[in-house]
Amino acid sequence: MSRRLAEIFSRAKSNNRAALIGYLPAGYPTAAASVELMNTMVDAGVDAIEVGLPYSDPLMDGADIQFAVAAALAGGTTTDVVLDVVSRLDGERAALLVMSYWNPIERYGVARFAARLAAAGGSGVITPDLTPEEAGPWSAATLAHEVDTIFLVAPSSTDERIKAVVAKASGFVYAASTMGVTGARRQVGAGAEPLVTRARRLTDLPIAVGLGVSTGAQAREVAGYADGVIVGSAFVRCIRAAPDLSAAIAAVRGLAGELAEGVRR
Amino acid sequence: MIWLPLVRTQRCEIVEGEQKLTTAGSTVTAGHFGPYGGRFVPEALTAALDELDSAFRSAIMDPSFMTRLAALERSYTGRPSPLTRAERFAEHCGGARIYLKREDLNHTGSHKINNAIGQALLTQRMGKSRMIAETGAGQHGVATATAAALLGLECTVFMGEEDTLRQALNVVRMQLLGAEVISVTAGSRTLKDAINEAMRDWVASVDRTHYVLGTVTGPAPFPEIVRYFQAVVGREAREQIKLAEGRLPDAVVACVGGGSNAIGLFSGFMDDADVQLRGYEAGGDGVETGRHAARFAAGSPGVLHGARTYVMQDEWGQTIASHSISAGLDYPGVGPEHSWLHDTGRAKYEPINDDEAMAALALLSRTEGIIPAIETAHALAGAMRVGRELGPTAVIIVNLSGRGDKDVATAARWFGIGAPAGIEMAEGR
Ligand SMILES: Cc1ncc(COP(=O)(O)O)c(C=O)c1O
Repeated sequence: MSRRLAEIFSRAKSNNRAALIGYLPAGYPTAAASVELMNTMVDAGVDAIEVGLPYSDPLMDGADIQFAVAAALAGGTTTDVVLDVVSRLDGERAALLVMSYWNPIERYGVARFAARLAAAGGSGVITPDLTPEEAGPWSAATLAHEVDTIFLVAPSSTDERIKAVVAKASGFVYAASTMGVTGARRQVGAGAEPLVTRARRLTDLPIAVGLGVSTGAQAREVAGYADGVIVGSAFVRCIRAAPDLSAAIAAVRGLAGELAEGVRR
Repeated sequence: MIWLPLVRTQRCEIVEGEQKLTTAGSTVTAGHFGPYGGRFVPEALTAALDELDSAFRSAIMDPSFMTRLAALERSYTGRPSPLTRAERFAEHCGGARIYLKREDLNHTGSHKINNAIGQALLTQRMGKSRMIAETGAGQHGVATATAAALLGLECTVFMGEEDTLRQALNVVRMQLLGAEVISVTAGSRTLKDAINEAMRDWVASVDRTHYVLGTVTGPAPFPEIVRYFQAVVGREAREQIKLAEGRLPDAVVACVGGGSNAIGLFSGFMDDADVQLRGYEAGGDGVETGRHAARFAAGSPGVLHGARTYVMQDEWGQTIASHSISAGLDYPGVGPEHSWLHDTGRAKYEPINDDEAMAALALLSRTEGIIPAIETAHALAGAMRVGRELGPTAVIIVNLSGRGDKDVATAARWFGIGAPAGIEMAEGR
């Protein structure tokens, strides 16, 4: 368990806002550019960066993130590159997390991954396809290196399930707003708020909502009931749509600023 | 999770209050096969997998479900499928006594219908109105579309673009049956990518949709459910060979894509330590070329599509795209139970290259009058090896998992088959 995420959430709370968490895949469009883009997010007020570890079979991701991770992999983004990207981010102002499907971590070695991530300044890992039942060795490795383990709950999770998930979780709980894959949506899922309400009764950990949040107005709505707001595909879209890196940086800065404004209560 | 071991061909043992299912080579606890299997899925799917698990367990205890399944197997699928002695083909197998378990004679032309009907009945039982499926060779897609038509359910099938081209016949069959076929253009455009897309659909539609996985892969309880519905193959084969030979076989042989036809046959002989279990995976252009689907020969344990199992992966855990002339074997993962059977040595797996498989396809066609699927041809090539190894006194059963109609275009290209002598084919005819 790391203190870093706890600090970020209490800092946000004392400023009367929700924490803003932004995702981008490492290595998209290039490793160096992804560092610049993520540090731009921090400049514009993002509290935690979720560095995506590109994986060949991203079955929880929609079209935008699939496109970006395929490009990152084609550009040679390995796990070592991802850890290097983490080490070059502004860890003073933001908490640094990695979001990864399980196989690359298992292949790297759970203890080795946790140790290298901690050394790079990372404080947590989001594992969307690791269930608490399979998390035994991971929990041990992360505990030893003070890395938080962030697991997901979904609108379909029973209370019993939520209990099992939060028992293994630290840092925060990732509440999936909707039943579906990542991707910007016109509306935040109606299941998000009741899910947060249920989870609150079962854990003291902060609860952040992700999947489908893309605008300042949606961020404001979610900040009304959750401790954190997670945005991913919308950032990737900005970059996809931009003609060059400086335009991408400007677009990311603009979106991050809008979201940071949105999470104020 | 409650584990009620009810697979008919397996023994149930209660060990220190914990229920365990044991077979000669494998111990299964809560969806694991030794270290393999399990559930590596987004939390959003957990509830659906739990629902499926309990629907399955209650269904197989429910006489009305089992009666309906048995009736459909008999009157619709056409079970039991025959066991055919292949004497002329056997001359090329070291003279061993070769028997073919004729799953090609099932309605729709392969073993896939066994599982599709079972899971379609489960779909109805769960009150869901739509089925989705992935398909490689198209046989599982056709089987699911068929079961959907029979039971009045909606059906969507995901198929890699490359596979829609090389198995075009089956695409039309699915469409005739009323299914929607979605061509997947992501990644390697084959079975692996079709599964990704089916999972993405399922997470968003799980309220009214059941994902009919077509083989013994994926998160628990899929490997166990598919095994259960395919176990009929091994049960029948066991009775049939006892009648024909008065004894059990020396070896049973099958091709292994995800591994459902192999598990179906193997499960009938799992506890018979003297019966060798032999699985054949796709060697493609040759394991040494890197263009293959040889998970056991060239893969390593990892996690893919919801289960821990042998996977073709690079040093970073990225999946390596597979290659095979056979769409149904062209997959970089394999069912977790096979991984366990491999590690324990209970079953033995070897690759068969494209050319060896195609030679076996032609040979069976000309010696027995049976055109097998290219997937199945890998098993036949395997049987030729096993027969030569064990000699003329050996009794061997091969799972003839499917018929080859879908593969005639590939075979025509491979063998350079053109227009019949004396007939000029006009353009467009
Ligand atoms: C005829 C036939 N045999 C075998 C297979 C391979 O699947 P499995 O290994 O699950 O039996 C397929 C898959 O499409 C098939 O169509």
